[in-house]
Formats: sequence, structure tokens, C-alpha cells
Amino acid sequence: MSAQPSSPFDVEAVRRDFPILQQRLAGDMPLVYLDTAATSQKPRSVIAKVVECYEQYNSNVHRGIHQLGDRMTTELEEAREKVQRFIGANEVDEIVFTSGTTMSMNLVAHGWARKFLKPGDEILLNPMEHHANLVPWQLAASATGAELRYLPLTNDGRLDLSTLDELLTHRTKLVAVTAMSNVLGTINPIEILAQRAHDVGALICVDGAQSVPHAPTDVRSPNIDFLAFSGHKLYGPTGIGVLYARRELLEAMDPFLAGGHMIREVFLDSSTWADVPAKFEAGTCPFIEAVGLGAAIDYVNQIGLPNIMQQEHALSVKAHEQLAAVTGVSIYGPAVEHKGAILSFTVEGVHPHDLSDLLDRRGVAIRAGHHCTMPLHELLNLTATARASFAFYNTTAEVDALVEAVIAARKTFRLKP
Amino acid sequence: MSEPLSEIYDDHIMDHFESPYHKGHLASPTCSHSDRNPICGDQVTVELLVDEHDRVKEAYFDGKGCAISQSAASILCEAIEGKSIEELKDFQAQDMLDLLKVRLTASRQKCGLLSFKVLKTMLYSLDQLREPPSSG
Repeated sequence: MSAQPSSPFDVEAVRRDFPILQQRLAGDMPLVYLDTAATSQKPRSVIAKVVECYEQYNSNVHRGIHQLGDRMTTELEEAREKVQRFIGANEVDEIVFTSGTTMSMNLVAHGWARKFLKPGDEILLNPMEHHANLVPWQLAASATGAELRYLPLTNDGRLDLSTLDELLTHRTKLVAVTAMSNVLGTINPIEILAQRAHDVGALICVDGAQSVPHAPTDVRSPNIDFLAFSGHKLYGPTGIGVLYARRELLEAMDPFLAGGHMIREVFLDSSTWADVPAKFEAGTCPFIEAVGLGAAIDYVNQIGLPNIMQQEHALSVKAHEQLAAVTGVSIYGPAVEHKGAILSFTVEGVHPHDLSDLLDRRGVAIRAGHHCTMPLHELLNLTATARASFAFYNTTAEVDALVEAVIAARKTFRLKP
Repeated sequence: MSEPLSEIYDDHIMDHFESPYHKGHLASPTCSHSDRNPICGDQVTVELLVDEHDRVKEAYFDGKGCAISQSAASILCEAIEGKSIEELKDFQAQDMLDLLKVRLTASRQKCGLLSFKVLKTMLYSLDQLREPPSSG
């Protein structure tokens, strides 16, 4: 572990923990990575842990009666405990390893929604959701006869809670909502929504893909029923994600994927299920990726989420101020104090793909497109936006580089300053 | 990775983007086809007026999207006027990329080839229109 607990926060020290940030791109440009909301970069400690697994004790978990198998299984279960502590779950068995947020949502949609929803029941969504927190519910609704309801957004891209009484009723069985929008950056009032959902007997399923890496999460306060997030956005490996659900829910749910490890007994015509969380972890789970995720959580704890939040917010405020001052720039979403460190914008006269391409020529990596939120872009009346997203390893100089590159892109497009 | 990326927003591309050739619609096109790139939302319609000798008399496009997709459509319309349908059938993706004169990265080739794809699909449907199934 190379990062020393840095107080005050030392961004240059932190950057040295990320090998990828040291490189030079085409034209000897330094990498300005502003696409953490798509996937985060990995600290050396995570990479080293994954290499250690492969080089020293790789072997299948929960199976081999040998030294390697024992070590690998211990490492995996320690990683599960790290996740448990990181999100405040009561029990380690409430942590299900999945392949990512998308699979976690599908697991709830199959294992819970398809089992328990019936015609007349409602799922409350909203138009800012990522496709991963929309499409599984569309399929579950069409399979069960349940209906989808949408909480509208305010003009500045927040949930319009004035309609909550009307839309969240005794018919509502689930509120599925992101804790932080991947486009608008909006931080949603999960506490209020959880309380109001529980008041009418509904459950709340939270998409934590963007929030968990950037702000403290405690599934007991507010009381969250389902929480999904991904390892790769949390400075960990790809291919690993988490579904948290309260034990009673996991016990009541049907399995999603079927196969090895998720069974207790198998007969020729039927089977019984393993205890949770194994019941939901059919096949060989991505155990090395899970151990990598555990190392990533260690790293985040070492830096400290309060430090992370402070650094990212400062970058976001600076970027919002400076970009808003550029002619032709429109920024989407609420005021910066209601946002995570995500900044979606357009530049009049420059398509987001052209913008992204031109920024890339200066080493500035952003995302352009609909960011898996087509209904939101329809609402914004846009086909695509450009998105800069920040992590604690970004610097104020990188914000300057972003803004200068946007100004230069306008020049290339022959637009007036 | 020290070589700079080659410039793609050169005067040729930007001139076509700023002052496109035949952007708009024909009063009565012989054929017309639209497509979009679902990933980025780029959208292009190409319309042809084909004369009695099976030559493209006029080509128009309309659309919205990035400079590469829109300039490419403009460059395509300019290049295909006067060509026969048979010649256009031989027109390949690489020919289209050559017309653009800039080197597109793999991720931008989809933009550069959208109007080409629209043209090719239209040529196939033109065949279908002219050769009704023999089973009638």
C-alpha cells in the first residue's frame, strides 16, 4: 500500500497510487481522465492484490480441500465482510456478489418482483434512471401485470416530490431510484423516499452505482431494502458487483441464475436451494475480482470518503463555474450543491461526439452520448450530452485543461469567442 | 504513443459542415432512405433523383448529428451525382473513407459511414422496387 493517510489531502500523493495516470497519450499529452462515472481508475494496491491472487493462491472457492482453496475462500469471504462494513449491513450474508449493478437489478427484478408482484401493483420510477434501473422493471411489469409509474422531474433535474402523495400509494410495491444520477449528478433524497415508501408498505431499491464510490452509504439509515452497485466504479475490478438486500428478503426471494453452488440438494426432477447468499451465486463467482473489490474498499477507507467528497466537490464547483462562463455552454442538472461530481453539458454548435473527439486530442477523456439514459435525454430534448465526471485523483489543473479544450473546440468549429 | 493523432476537423470537413452541399429535400425523389446511429443519435436521410439512364441526376441529404456524419453526407452527395446506379453498387466503404480525406478512428468510422450505409440500403431497396418477386 503506497498511499499514506493524507491529512490534509494530498492529491499528488494520491495520483502516484494510480499507474494509469502517469502515462502520456498520443502527441505526448498527459492523460486528463474525467470519465470516472463510466469507470474509475484502479490504485496500485488493487492491481497488486489481483496479481497476488493469480500468482499465489488462485483456486476455486468453496470447493478445493487444499491449501490454495482454503486461502482463496478466506480472502473471498473477507472481501464480503469488507463490503458489509462499508455499507453498514447487519449481516455478512446480506451481501450477494454479482457481476455488477445491472445484474444486481435483474436479480431483484427476477427473484423478488416476478415472484411477488401481481396485476394492479405498481413500481414507482422516474425519468432520470439509468437503463439498468428501468428496463428490468419494464420486463418484470410485463411479466406480472404490474404497472410502472413515473415521478416527474423538476425543471432543474430533481425529483418533483410535490406529486409523491399522488403517485406513492398502497398500490406501490417498489420504489426504484438512483441515489445519484449518472447524467444530472442529482443526489436524490433517499431518506425521504425510503420513509415514504415504507409508510405505504412498499420497498425501496437503490441504484448506488454512482453514489457508493463517492459518499458514505449506510443501508440501515435510511433503511434501504435493496442496494445495487458495481466494483469497477469503486476503483475495483470489472465483472464484480454487489446486491445488498435485507436477510428476510433474500430468504423469501427465488433464485435468479441456477446451477452449481446455489443448491443444497439436486434430484433428477427438483432441487433445493443453498443458504443465502450462495442461493444467488450460481456458478463460479468472480472471486478474484471480489477480492480486488475488497482491496479497493480498503483503499477508499484509507483515503477517507470525507476527503474524497471534499476534493470532488471542490473540483466540481470549479468546473461548473468555469464552464458556465464559456460562450454557448449549457450545463444540465440542479445547482452544484445538489450534485455529485458529475457535469453534463452541451456546447452550442459542437456535437458532443465532436467535442469528445477534440478534447481527446488534448488528452482530456470525457464521455459523450446518452449515457444509458434515453428517456432522460428525450426529456431534455437532446440526443446526446458531453459528461465530465471527477474523482479525488483529479486536479484543479485538469479542470483548467477541460475548459481550455472546450474553448479550443469552439475555435475549431469556427464559433465566435 | 507519442505520435499526435491526425487532424480530422480540417478545412475540407469543416467547410462541408458549415456550408453543406445539397442539404434539404428533393420535390419528388426517385428513392429516399433514412437511418440513424442508435448509439449517438446521428441521423441522415439521402434522397436521389435517378434519370432514365439510371444515373443519379441529383442527390440531397438531410440530417442532424456530429460534424463527421453530416460532412460525410454532404461529401457523398457531391461525389455521387452523375454516377450510374451500377457504379454506386461498386462503391465501397473504403471509397467513402477515402473521400473524407481524413483518417477516422474506429469509433468515428460509424459517423463517417452512416450516409454510405443509408445509400447502400437504398440501392438494395431500389432493386426490390424494380424487380418484383417472380412469384407475383
